[in-house]
Amino acid sequence: MNNEEVLPWGVGEPKSERASLLADTEFLESLRRQMLKFATLQLSDAHLAEDAVQEALIGALKNAKSFGGRAALKTWVFAILKNKIADVLRQKQRLVYAGSFMREGEEDEDFSALFDSKGFWQTDERPVAWANPEESLRESQFWRVFEACLENLPGNQARVFMMREFVELDSREICATAGITVSNLNVMLHRARLRLRECLENRWFVEGERPC
Amino acid sequence: MLNCQEATRLLSESQERTLAWQERLSLKMHLMMCSGCRNFGKQMHTLRQVAHAYAKGEDERTDKTGE
Repeated sequence: MNNEEVLPWGVGEPKSERASLLADTEFLESLRRQMLKFATLQLSDAHLAEDAVQEALIGALKNAKSFGGRAALKTWVFAILKNKIADVLRQKQRLVYAGSFMREGEEDEDFSALFDSKGFWQTDERPVAWANPEESLRESQFWRVFEACLENLPGNQARVFMMREFVELDSREICATAGITVSNLNVMLHRARLRLRECLENRWFVEGERPC
Repeated sequence: MLNCQEATRLLSESQERTLAWQERLSLKMHLMMCSGCRNFGKQMHTLRQVAHAYAKGEDERTDKTGE
């Protein structure tokens, strides 16, 4: 999938550009830390995450000369990392997930907290309009809230949500990887999105403005 | 007639598949009357936008104005 990594180190490349990126230890270290957080969140295995990050970084830095700067390199390296994560998830197949996925009974309270007995929004749970979501993306505090909300999801919901929205696998692939049915998946994604939405709304978009 | 739980389920599923016309019609009817679910629908798009930005590593770029 990623033929950018097939070339051995330094084939026919001038050294200067790569050298300057490689010399920027602070940038590389912060990039690595961020990638590791991203990979660990999805693979829930520190070793697999380390390996994926390592391979993605090496793959990207091999071609460092084709990047105008750090921002472009970062976009590229995350694209490679996403493919690595997808590969690892596919290889894991059902081994890890079988049996652990559908303990949904404990999550039945999700719906009753949000909807009344007829299935309509509880008054204080009805979604409100979010002001300027695009601007939030530029605020670092928003991303801390987003990560906290993600970590609050039940593990299985978080995993399928990340497979779908971060790694961008389609339903068929996620179901094959996780060993679940499409209707299982739809239920889990629905719940994950309800929870994430609620968390972002309460902790970011209307902080302190809601009636209790 | 759909309730909000079913409407949000369809709004969520529309991120994975194209809804059947019957589903689209009943969803449309519900959304005409329900501002909560209209907001939910918009937020599903925002959520995807946010996730894709996060997956590109944009969260830490916010800290560095130079880029």
